[in-house]
Amino acid sequence: MLNIVTQLAEGLLISLLIFATTLIIALPLGLGISFVRMSKNKFLSFLAKVYISIMRGTPLMLQLMVIFFAPSLIFGFSTTAFYRYVAVIIGFGLNYAAYFAEIYRAGIEAIPVGQYEASAVLGFTKGQTFRRIIFPQVIKRIIPPVTNEVITLVKDTSLAYVIAVEEMFTVAKQIVAAKGTIMPFIVAAVFYYLLNALVAWIMSRIEKKMSYYTIK
Amino acid sequence: MGNKILEINHLKKQFGDTVVLHDISMSVEAGEVVAIIGPSGSGKSTLLRCATMLETMDGGELIYEGIKAVRDNGSGCSYADALTMRDIKKKFGLVFQNFNLFPHYSVLQNVMEAPIVVQKRDRAEVEKEARVLLEKMGLTERADAYPCQLSGGQQQRVSIARALAMKPDMLFFDEPTSALDPELTGEILKVIKQLAAEKMTMVIVTHEISFAKNVADKVVFMADGYVIEEGRPEDVIDNCQSERLKAFLSKMTE
Ligand SMILES: Nc1ncnc2c1ncn2[C@@H]1O[C@H](COP(=O)(O)OP(=O)(O)O)[C@@H](O)[C@H]1O
Ligand SMILES: [Mg+2]
Repeated sequence: MLNIVTQLAEGLLISLLIFATTLIIALPLGLGISFVRMSKNKFLSFLAKVYISIMRGTPLMLQLMVIFFAPSLIFGFSTTAFYRYVAVIIGFGLNYAAYFAEIYRAGIEAIPVGQYEASAVLGFTKGQTFRRIIFPQVIKRIIPPVTNEVITLVKDTSLAYVIAVEEMFTVAKQIVAAKGTIMPFIVAAVFYYLLNALVAWIMSRIEKKMSYYTIK
Repeated sequence: MGNKILEINHLKKQFGDTVVLHDISMSVEAGEVVAIIGPSGSGKSTLLRCATMLETMDGGELIYEGIKAVRDNGSGCSYADALTMRDIKKKFGLVFQNFNLFPHYSVLQNVMEAPIVVQKRDRAEVEKEARVLLEKMGLTERADAYPCQLSGGQQQRVSIARALAMKPDMLFFDEPTSALDPELTGEILKVIKQLAAEKMTMVIVTHEISFAKNVADKVVFMADGYVIEEGRPEDVIDNCQSERLKAFLSKMTE
């Protein structure tokens, strides 16, 4: 039993790594994509729209496989064993950025135009207006949907098993197959559950910290 | 001849094919209080929005203290370069009907933000001035409150303090009491009266006819995108010439 837990804990470390890198990449990238999506340039905006719809409209598992196999099967490159980690990071980052982009966009578009006008008359530049007036309010608005995505991400890290990245679920499956016991699945479930309880707690703390004001 | 703060010449504005402002000209001198009255939809807000550059003009000139913000080049308007524009934007403030305070900042931060960020002034000095302004607005006790905790009248006073903190040469008000419960309009009108007594240059769009008559040096009556009458309040309001203004005034005061 202890053996199972330590083996799974190693897998958990990889899961956490996927989780953290995805957020580090996808949160800023999503903001960038949301800007392109809202751009006045119709063509750029259309490109972003297509990108988002593909990323959200096809399974993440399939996207991971395509990114993992494309270099060798399409371009004939030979990939190293390490590439599977790169593929996982790229796949998760690109996929979650699309979801975050739509969340940012909804948040930004919900800010009343009067906030921009008041800032403009006071002489704020566009950048100052976004950083100091708009974005702080956007963050408050998007915490609930972002929390949902982050909780989904915790569970989605298990999808990395399709390209044999040794995260927690992959490890659990291996032990189950070798030892013929269901215990690893149950332990893994507990780990995922605890991790999400932690995510929910952190997000509710952030939400509380921002509840000192209300927006219409 | 006084010192002209604002001069608008032959301003034209259209949305799509609809002309909303036809050939509007007006000037505002230092210390002068101008009240703009007129029925809803006559273009009063659009005029203020063009003057404060929230809307772009389609024709005419806009001049602040002799500096051309907008020139008419015959087929449309050209705007001054960014640097000149930044100078010009320092000269005026705008108070909105629905306040547009920054909800995530406290009252004090709302007042201090622009002087610090835009004018890059010293924080301690800005804070000192902001507290003086808040005191003047009767908001000393509310400095650390957030806009959502204030009454409409208090929010509007914060927004006036926020505009004054930039030390503008003139202030525009777009129906500053229209979003307020009737019992709260008085406190805002009192503040504006006090500013008028201090010789603040102001252009005020208002439906409060008796207030306009008491405070304004000049009243402008607009309808359908035209200035129909303008002049001293006793001439325009008590002795109006046009049927439209007569009809408007009798409707407003009934
Ligand atoms: N952004 C806009 N797009 C199209 N029409 C507008 C816009 N803003 C104002 N208008 C129209 O311009 C006219 C004048 O509006 P406004 O300046 O708000 O009048 P007032 O402030 O005197 O009530 C109205 O007919 C209004 O519908
Ligand atoms: Mg209006």
